[in-house]
Amino acid sequence: MGSPVIEIQSLYKLFGEHAKQHLARVKAGDSKEEILSATGHTLGLKDINLSINAGEIFVIMGLSGSGKSTLIRHFNRLIDPTEGKVVVEGQDIMTLNARQLRSFRQRKMSMVFQRFGLLPHYTVLDNVAFGLEAQSQSKQQRLASARQWLETVGLSGYEDQYPAQLSGGQQQRVGLARALCTDAEILLMDEAFSALDPLIRSEMQDQLIELQGQLKKTIVFITHDLDEALRIGDRIAILRDGELVQVGAPADILLHPADDYVEKFVRDVNRARALTVNTVMQPAQHRISVNTINEALAQMRTRQVDYAFYVNEQGYQGALSQQRLATLAQHDGSAELANDHYEEAVIVSPDAVLEEVIPQTLEQSMPLAVVDDEGQLTGQLSRDDVVQVLSRSAVK
Amino acid sequence: MSWWTEFPQLSRVELMQLRKTLDDAYLEFSREHGGAIEAFFDPLLTFLVWFEKLLIAAPWWLVIAALMAITHMAARSLKLTLGVGIALFGVGFLGMWEDTMSTLSIITVCTLLAILMGVPTGILMARSDRAQKVITPVLDVMQTMPAFVYLIPVVMLLGIGKIPGVIAVVIYAIPPVIRLTSLGIRLVDKDVLEAADAYGVRPWQRLIKIQLPLALPNIMAGINQTIMMALAMVVIASMIGVSGLGQPVLKSITNQYFTLGLLNGGAIVVLAIIFDRVSQAYARRSQRYMKGA
Repeated sequence: MGSPVIEIQSLYKLFGEHAKQHLARVKAGDSKEEILSATGHTLGLKDINLSINAGEIFVIMGLSGSGKSTLIRHFNRLIDPTEGKVVVEGQDIMTLNARQLRSFRQRKMSMVFQRFGLLPHYTVLDNVAFGLEAQSQSKQQRLASARQWLETVGLSGYEDQYPAQLSGGQQQRVGLARALCTDAEILLMDEAFSALDPLIRSEMQDQLIELQGQLKKTIVFITHDLDEALRIGDRIAILRDGELVQVGAPADILLHPADDYVEKFVRDVNRARALTVNTVMQPAQHRISVNTINEALAQMRTRQVDYAFYVNEQGYQGALSQQRLATLAQHDGSAELANDHYEEAVIVSPDAVLEEVIPQTLEQSMPLAVVDDEGQLTGQLSRDDVVQVLSRSAVK
Repeated sequence: MSWWTEFPQLSRVELMQLRKTLDDAYLEFSREHGGAIEAFFDPLLTFLVWFEKLLIAAPWWLVIAALMAITHMAARSLKLTLGVGIALFGVGFLGMWEDTMSTLSIITVCTLLAILMGVPTGILMARSDRAQKVITPVLDVMQTMPAFVYLIPVVMLLGIGKIPGVIAVVIYAIPPVIRLTSLGIRLVDKDVLEAADAYGVRPWQRLIKIQLPLALPNIMAGINQTIMMALAMVVIASMIGVSGLGQPVLKSITNQYFTLGLLNGGAIVVLAIIFDRVSQAYARRSQRYMKGA
């Protein structure tokens, strides 16, 4: 995460011949329907303010007609706003003239389309190289990089085919390769995977996440599918009837929906698959950091707990139960706490998806320790926490 | 209240006056500028004569071989290539070789002119709604005005001969290529154009690399129609002195020579079929990429 790369400032879009004139109605708060029947103008976007950080996958989500495709087209000015600013890397792109805008589109942003937008009369290789052709790179140069990207997306051997000869998933890989081939820092993806069948879609999502791990681009991703949004998004913006309803991290949206609209969206999400342990876990309640069995036992008795996590300078060591320590203390209470004094407790990673840890949580009556990659105890995950999160949707 | 029962029309004298004024003005114009306009078309006439002589003077087997070669390059079909060879030989065998070559030369030149002028006009029409509004009615007039009517001013201006023939044929035959070029460009998939714009293509690149190639099936259909109409016009053009297959047809109409008319008409049909099949096969071949695996 870094500083904002794209900033959208009080952006309005009204479709129609006299948009500027009727914008006042929008600002006065008239509804989309009122404006349409009174003026024949369609409200596209209303007072959008966004800032997108370098290196994040920013998902814009909404149902059809919510204005998400209109919004993404403002980022590279395929659509001009009625009012408002689009600032990319500190530059207001509304001030660019036609030539500057072309060069901006050639180098700063590339785009992947829902219906692929491949050139049917170009071979796959020429399609991938198309962005570079627009930049007027020499044929040899652009085909060389195109070949490389085609290999990256796993389509080597298809160079001389035409798009019509490929399946939908393959075509979109070509679309993705074309977008990556220009080396633009910002990638706009307009419902890029929506036209693909579910299996191919999740394959493409995985590939995108994997590629993003290496490339660290700034990606703006449009989708109507919340599962997809939760899966790939670092942050999600929810759009409704041209207005921004909520912007936040996936867990935020899932656990604290801003209003009924978002709530409705979120209801059908498979939370076990969408949430990770760190969004559900609680702070570890009982840490013991003394050294001997007796000291530990004493602490647990004063705090009246049966179960605690033992932590020292090296990090998390193990789980202790009062009952077992009492038995051990009869034997040698002054002994230092060591491996064979701990409970046989499972530890889980904070990044694990809830679904993966459900079995362990349910098997154990005691909370699980959540331990990060560096071995530090970051929290605990109890059966109750998991049950509560998973059942909340059902309760409401 | 005479206008109630009788149509209010100009009197005979007034009408005569009107016609005379217009005719005189046009005559004046053609006397004044006829020479200059003729000079303007001189290079075209020179080329036309040279091309016709070339086709007639060249050995017949060479011409047939050349046409077969062109057919093969365009269509890549052995059947079609052989058919073209046999048909041309048949036409020559029945004594119509020279007339066929004359017609072939004028049709070729007319078609090239029509493409040269029609495609850019079509592009203009596709790019600007205003241009479309102006050009469409002009095309309507060109297509519906009886061909004889615009032969008159052309002959008044340039006399009888090849050039007025070419002008008349081009006027008659150019509308389809203009219309279909415009239509083809307007029909190019908006998604593809949007994608191209998103990558910052220059307008020229967009036209040459995307719009024209994708409009090609329609443009080719227009060219095909243009050729057919040009061939149909050959008989009418022969009335103003265009040599070729039209002349014997005209002669057989006035003299009721049934067989002569049939044979020469048949030769026009043969040319038409050759042009049609070859241009269509070429168009199909240029669309190979549309086919799936």
